[in-house]
Amino acid sequence: VTEVWITIGGLTAATVAIKAAGPLIVGSRELPAGADAVISLLAPALLTALILTDTFARERDLTVDARAAGLAFAGVAVALRAPLLVTVLVAAAGAAAVRAIT
Amino acid sequence: VTADRQQEAPERFRSGLRAGIGFGAAAFVVGISFGVVAEPLMGSVAPIVMSAIVFAGAAQFGVTSVLASGGSAATAIATGAMLNARFLPMGVAAAPALRGRRLRRALEGQAVVDASWALASRGEGGFDREALLGATVPQYPGWVIGTLIGVVAGGALGDPEALGLDAIFPAFFLGLLASELRRPRAVPTVLIGGAIALALTPILPPGLPVLLASCGALIGLRR
Repeated sequence: VTEVWITIGGLTAATVAIKAAGPLIVGSRELPAGADAVISLLAPALLTALILTDTFARERDLTVDARAAGLAFAGVAVALRAPLLVTVLVAAAGAAAVRAIT
Repeated sequence: VTADRQQEAPERFRSGLRAGIGFGAAAFVVGISFGVVAEPLMGSVAPIVMSAIVFAGAAQFGVTSVLASGGSAATAIATGAMLNARFLPMGVAAAPALRGRRLRRALEGQAVVDASWALASRGEGGFDREALLGATVPQYPGWVIGTLIGVVAGGALGDPEALGLDAIFPAFFLGLLASELRRPRAVPTVLIGGAIALALTPILPPGLPVLLASCGALIGLRR
């Protein structure tokens, strides 16, 4: 249980420091033009990586399981322009249904 | 231009707030799944405290899985920090739009979470401070109260995987990604970032493949 509280303390400090670093380092300076182009593409790159690792990674193994079905359901919801809340609920229901069958 | 922007600021905050209610509802559901997953390992109080002061879903899931598999606090913190490393470039992007002295800017930077940041990012590197703050406001109570409910109701809900709760996070990110794809060169970025993440997953500890996938954004440098 002590490990848990040490983890919470350490993770809090690390997260606050990481989030503060950008504003402290850059301050109010405008970024150079090249940096703009790269920064505006960070979100798609990072979101894609999070989606793929959350769906297909188990530690260091790549697997296809019910999470992939959930993601496919989410993809359909997104394609139909469903709200974000509907998308996550459809994904959970899809993954749960596949687990129930298999 | 400056006066114009100041006039629009409350309106931009409100539009961020409106979008944030949807994000907050999603954060609420994801928060429930975190509470359910974390309670057996951490007890009732720690998951709620963690959500209240860390407020970063991916990192919280990450440290929970490290601790659950017998990892030390140091390993868990390192994993969580790596999962949160994306907030560094996000903070750099948001920095020019933030206000006030250094401490105030650092404080405003704490409002950077995935959904708000994606919403507040404008094309060509522009960033909307009011939209960021507005969109984060509903997500915080959504996340913390969701965690609380997950902790309390966890036992009654049953196995989180049987409910498909582990599919919620990627679905949430997919919904955010969809609104990003209109940006110029977003599609090649997605392909490169995705390839990096998958290729490095078997080789590196969790968290690092995600951080290194941000290199996919370097395609923005190509003329």
